[in-house]
Formats: sequence, structure tokens, C-alpha cells
Amino acid sequence: MRRTRSRVVTAIAATLAVGLITSGCASERDDDGGGEGGDTFVFGAPGDPGSLDPALASDGETFRVTRQAFEALIEHEPGGSELVGGLAESWESNEAGTEWTFNLREGVTFHDGEKLTAEAVCANYDYWFNWTGTYQNKAISYYWQTVFGGFAKNESKDTAEPNYKGCAAQDELTAVISVNEASANLPGGFSLQALAIHSPKAIAEYKKESATGEGDALTYPKYSQEAGTVAGTGPFKIAEWDKGNQEVTLERFDDYWGEEKAGVEKLVFRTISEENARRQALEAGNIDGYDLVAPSDVEGLKDKGFQVPVRGVFNIFYLGMSQGANEALEKKEVRQAITHAIDRDNLVNTQLPEGGVVATQFMPDTVDGFSEGVATYDFSTDKAKDLLADAGESKLSVDFCYPTEVTRPYMPAPADMFELMKADLEKAGITVNPKPMKWAPDYLDATENGSCALHMLGWTGDFNDGYNFIGTWFSGFDAQWGFREDAVFDAVKAAESEPDVAQRVELYKKANEAIMEYVPGVPISSSPPSIAFSDKVNPPEVSPLTQENFAEVSFK
Amino acid sequence: MLRLVVRRLLQLIPTLLGLSVLLFVWVRLLPGGPAAALLGERATAADKAQIERALGLDQPLWVQYGRFLERLGRLDLGTSTQTGQPVWDEFTRAFPATVELGVTAILMAVAVGIPLGYFAARRRGSWLDVSAVSGSLLGICIPVFFLAYLLKALFAVQLGWFPAFGRQTTGLDATEVTGFYVLDGILTGEFDASWDAVQHLVLPAMALASIPLAIIVRMTRASVLEVLGEDYVRTAESKGLKQSVVRGRHVLRNALLPVVTAIGLLTGGLLSGAVLTESVFAFGGIGSFIKTAIDQRDYPVLVGFIMFIALAYVIINLLVDLAYSLIDPRVRVH
Repeated sequence: MRRTRSRVVTAIAATLAVGLITSGCASERDDDGGGEGGDTFVFGAPGDPGSLDPALASDGETFRVTRQAFEALIEHEPGGSELVGGLAESWESNEAGTEWTFNLREGVTFHDGEKLTAEAVCANYDYWFNWTGTYQNKAISYYWQTVFGGFAKNESKDTAEPNYKGCAAQDELTAVISVNEASANLPGGFSLQALAIHSPKAIAEYKKESATGEGDALTYPKYSQEAGTVAGTGPFKIAEWDKGNQEVTLERFDDYWGEEKAGVEKLVFRTISEENARRQALEAGNIDGYDLVAPSDVEGLKDKGFQVPVRGVFNIFYLGMSQGANEALEKKEVRQAITHAIDRDNLVNTQLPEGGVVATQFMPDTVDGFSEGVATYDFSTDKAKDLLADAGESKLSVDFCYPTEVTRPYMPAPADMFELMKADLEKAGITVNPKPMKWAPDYLDATENGSCALHMLGWTGDFNDGYNFIGTWFSGFDAQWGFREDAVFDAVKAAESEPDVAQRVELYKKANEAIMEYVPGVPISSSPPSIAFSDKVNPPEVSPLTQENFAEVSFK
Repeated sequence: MLRLVVRRLLQLIPTLLGLSVLLFVWVRLLPGGPAAALLGERATAADKAQIERALGLDQPLWVQYGRFLERLGRLDLGTSTQTGQPVWDEFTRAFPATVELGVTAILMAVAVGIPLGYFAARRRGSWLDVSAVSGSLLGICIPVFFLAYLLKALFAVQLGWFPAFGRQTTGLDATEVTGFYVLDGILTGEFDASWDAVQHLVLPAMALASIPLAIIVRMTRASVLEVLGEDYVRTAESKGLKQSVVRGRHVLRNALLPVVTAIGLLTGGLLSGAVLTESVFAFGGIGSFIKTAIDQRDYPVLVGFIMFIALAYVIINLLVDLAYSLIDPRVRVH
């Protein structure tokens, strides 16, 4: 009996082994992926998307995927930051900046066969405006609330009053969106991927479901978690979200309105969270490209024949000073001394990838409103020492927080950057108390509540408007900075409420000058996050806003 | 034996309840919260307060725990704050990957470790013995993530023998039945999918198996050496029993008892090793999900997953106890 059983087991094992080996040697399955040719382009993304509906998201990894399938009324020019026509061929506002008229493209079809019309545009905006319940939580509707404030019926006293007034279809291809007051977030906000246009049929389906929050959870609606319902107008349509394998597969949309259809049949975003793992996957030929290349890997990849195109800059990295955490920082001389003490050229040259530049103000030079006339603070340890002596702070001691286990597009190596700055500050006689912290939530909490005297942070812009940068920090009191300086706040607010875009740009320049005169912190650099591609592909034009259009990709 | 199983399972209830209290308090004592993690640099104090209210984190701890228990009673582990999806769904999605990886790793470690340790002991002082001892020392010393990168650099990047990441080749349209990809391929007759999954398993399993393998080699060797010097082995040999009988029935069977105990503990411990291995190989299992959950302060996932790991640990040890009686009839489980 025992012998019989063991024979049976042996036979089964042998059959399985032979089956596996023979089938492995002679696979009949189509294996067209994995960066080994074929017509599937595989891109290694640093993180999973959170939703297939961009309206519910605020993170770059979601937008990287949805951008290929959804288009907004306005887009950014390929490879640049200027606003150009998207689903709207052109747009204009009234003088007060409260009515925005969009002339839509003809012949645009959604992935589900619906046609783009003014009514479809209004169906989207009205749907967002009428969100209720959990949708009103900022974790879900961050960008709607940032651009348009609240909703038709606010359900929380914390939600801002709505600035959105309504949307009217003037004719089949002319949509007019009205707001109560001019806003610096417009027209840039219309270019946000979170406000990309969905098929009205899909919107009707969305309404049948809802995000839920049972008092202790935020649950995304099911339609946003699996392919099938969402439908945009982009060059790809979302075919599958395989969460187990952390892959989103998109397929070429043959009825795309643009002259050029997507260059590959399939586009796959595969999540590989580890930086080194992404590099190794590209080197092994398992993927065709990846984002957030470590600056130290750039030269090595180029030497091996990989393509590492340089993006333009659209971010800012700064050394923040929380005046509430250290009284000495309330003295302007001390803030100036710290600014003089840091060798920003050295930081840029040694820590940032090609294309990185020293920042003179809290916005990159690619944003309208950048001023050439701001006060500048050259690297000078001696000047720093003199200023500290003048302020009576020759023995200044400060806590310096920095994040661990994280890289950000504007800050690829926080610990190394901290060490360089610490050394510079110590040369000027400042005692630095290092405070390493985990990025989320420890570091973010500490910097946000103003408990880190010195800290490193940054910002990647959403669209080309100065308010998206300086308005984030300097339009009013913010514990991160801990100061109340009306000259600064008023200058920023004046720009925010100016409806004329050209005049607004001039006001941003003045605001930048006021900010750098007060010197609340040290703008250090703007740098492009690196992206790499296999030598076998024609890569897309890289974007300073990291808004690559993968329809431009093709195999050589 | 049945009574033992029932008793152990009943003992689980107070154990898990106690653990849930500890975990519940511990994760909330961690600095920060999920709100900041959700919005990153963009979160203002008002945003965070709003999100915390929505997540019920503004409620007293006992109220939160009460809700947790009430949900647990409905077999609902809550909703992940990072994905907005039920913890149970996330868990069932990630679980097969980790089990497949863990089982492969432990099978590799056992299949190689026990024979190697045994023959090293039998040929004490030989080159095989010296290689096994020094190799196992190396296996214990090298950090798993470092070994993982080395294996990838050599076998995936340089030689191209194995894929560098994932569980399945991108674009391979395999049918998923159980989530265990090797098994699914066999069940559906898609043997190439099984083979593909096996190829994806090799490198991460080798990395994950390194420490258990080293421990098993050393324990088996030490245990066999000890048994070889026992009187009953000499007696068995002197009464003229075949060498194969002496080795199999008297030496190996007795020597394996402590090794089996170690294998049980090592299997439970594989989950912690999987955190690093799965991240390096983008394997998409429980390990990498927990790593993200810790970073994101995803309380429901942390509590749910760690409780499950504890449950798995207890069950594995129960199985080890049961295995004792099969290997050594002298041991009676009570």
C-alpha cells in the first residue's frame, strides 16, 4: 500500500515536472510585453495609482496613468509649461475673470462612443459641484476644492464657500463656465488632470455609486477601482487594472481625434517602488522606461546606452525657517546670514541631476511671474558671520529637521543635502542639531505645525501660475513659516485677485521681490526629476510638469 | 490529537483579543497619522483635521476600539486608508503571493539544507563540511536585501536567466483562479504560465531562503553529529543493520526533531524577511503592502495584517507540534 502511494506521488510529480518544462520550452502564449520588443511599452512607475477616476485623486502616480486616457479643456504645451488648447481649441474670459468660454474641438469621441459636446463638459463640472457626502472630503476632492472651493451644498463648516457658479452650453461646442470671483487658479485649473472631461454616459454610471465613509474609513467607489466604466477621450483607453501584479494596462484608442494615434498598441504601467529595482528592471530589459532615476544612476545609465532626456524645471526646493520654533529666526539678519551661509551652487552641482539650477526666489524661472529683480544672497561665510554678530547671535544653535527614507522630485537625496547644508552652517559658526525623521507622517507633521526651526521641503507646480507656488506659502499666516508680515501677504493677495493675466504676472514679480526682501527661507534649487528609457524606443517629449504623453512612444 | 487542536484554536481567541488591544494602542501611539500621508506636502492643518474626522480618529480610543471589535464581529477588518479598499480584499490579493514565495523559499531551504547538513556531518572535516559551515555563516551574515540585489544583478541583469521583478511577465494573459500562479497554471492547463511563475519565484525565493537555509544546514549538521555519537546508533550498527536503515531510521529521524522545530519558527519568520524581498523584487505580496502601510500609518491594515500573521504563527507551530508525533512516535501530544 505504502509503495503504491509513493509510486502515484512520483508519477504525479514527474508528470507535472515534464509538463512544466516542456510547456516552458515551447510556450504558445503571446508574450509581447516586458520590454522585449513587440508592441507593448512597459513603464516602471514608482507607485500605484489610487483611482482610475482622476477627479478623485491628487497624486502624480494616478495622473501619470489617467493622463493617457483623459484630457482636460486646456493642456500644457508638449515639453513646456505654457497653456495650450486641449479639448477646447481656444478659450477666453470676460474682463472680470468670472466667465470662461471654451470653444470645443469638433469630432472628439469618448472611449465609449459618446461625442464631446458642451453639454458633456457641463455634465462633468456640474457633477463635481454637486458632490455630497464623502466626496466632499479633501482626501477625495482635493483639486476641485483647491480650484473652485466648496460645493452646491457644503456639508461641513470647514469646507470653503464655492467659487463655481455654473456651466452653460451656449451651443453644441461652446461651453461657458462661470465663477463668483476672479481667481489666480484660473485658467490654469482647467488644465488639471483632476478636472479632465469624462463621457456623460460614464458620469451617469458614476452617479449610481458613491464613495463611502462610515465614520472610520474612506472607500473609493468601485467604478474607480476597475477598468470598464471610466471613459475619457485620450489616445489610450484603460483596459485593465491588475492590482495583484500592480499593473495598469491601456490599449490604443483607434478613434482618437488627434492626427497621430498612439505609437504602441499597449501601454503598461508597472509599479516598482524601489529605485534600484526600477533601474535593474530596465537594465534587464524587463521594462522600457522608468521615472525618478537617482541622480547617481544617470551617468551609468547613459554609459550603457540608455536614454535619459533632461526635463525642464517646474519645482522649487527650499530651506524653510519656522520662526515659531526658534526666536532668533525672527531677526532678519539671522535669516539673511543663513541664506548667505549656504553654498547653493555646490548643492546643485553635487546633488542634483543635469538641468538643475540655483533658485533665487520661491518659484522656478519657467513660471510666469518670475522676477529678475529680487534681492540675491551670494554664498559668503564671512558675510554670514558678520550678520550673525550684528544680530547678537554669534552662538546660534538651531534644530534642523530632515526626512529619511524618501526622495522627492525636487529633493533626490535629502540626507546628503542636509549634510552639505549642515557643514556650511557650521562653517558660519552655527550649531546645528540634526533631527532626522520619517517622511510621512512624522516629518510632514513636524514641518507643517512649525516645530522644525530649519527644514527642507519643496513643491512641484500643478500649472503655470505663480499663485500655485508663492500663494501656497505666503498668502497669510502659515505655521510652517511662523511669521506675520503684511507687506508679503498683501503683495501675494493683490496678485491673486487680479483678473487680468498680464497684470497678474507683474504683481507676482513684485510679490517675489517683497518675499525675497523679507527672506522667510532660502530658495535653493529647481531641478528636473530624471526619467530613463531603453535605447530601443523613441521616447515621448519629456515635460517639466512630468506630464509625458506616452502616445508619442514607439519602438525603433 | 483532535482535543489538542480544538484547545489550541480556543486559546487563540483570548490571545488575539489581547493582541488586538496592544496593536490598536501601539499603532495610534506612532507619531503622526494617515491624514498627512494621504495629501503629502499639500496637507494643511484644516485638511488633516477633516480627514481625521472622516476616519473617526478624532473619537476617543475606546470608541474607536469598540467600532473595530464590532466590525471584527462581522468579520470585517475595516478599510485601508491608503487604497480606500477593504483590508480583507487587499489581504486576499496579497496573501497568495507571499504564501507562494514563502513556501518556495522554505522548500528550497529544507530541500537543500537538510541533505547538506546531513552529509556535512557525515563527512566531518571534508571540503563539503567546510564549505557548508562557511557558506551557512555567509548566508546568515549577508542582509537579505543586499543578497536580493546581488542575485538580480547577476542572474537577471548580467545573465538574463530570470526576470528582475514581479510574479508574472507583463502581457502574459494567464487565467487567475486561486491567486497562486504556479497552481493556477496547472489547474487551467496553462503550463507556460506556471513555468513563468516559477521563473519569477526563483530569485526572490533564493534571497528569502538564504537565512533559513543557513540555519537548517547548521542545525542539521550539529544535530546529526550529536546523534551519530549516541549509543543506540552504535548498537544499531554493531548488530549489523544496513547503513541505509541506520541512517534513515535511527540517525536522521532523531536528528530532525530540533530541525523541524526550527523550520516551524523560520516559516513564521519568513514573513518579516518577505517585507524586504518583496519590495526589492516588486513582488506585490503582504510584505511590501505592510511596508507601505507602516509608512502611510494605515491603521486598519497594520492591525488586521499583524493579527493575521500572529494567527498564522500559532497555526504553523501547532502543525509543527503535530509533525513531531509523526517523526518520533515516542512523542505523544497531549
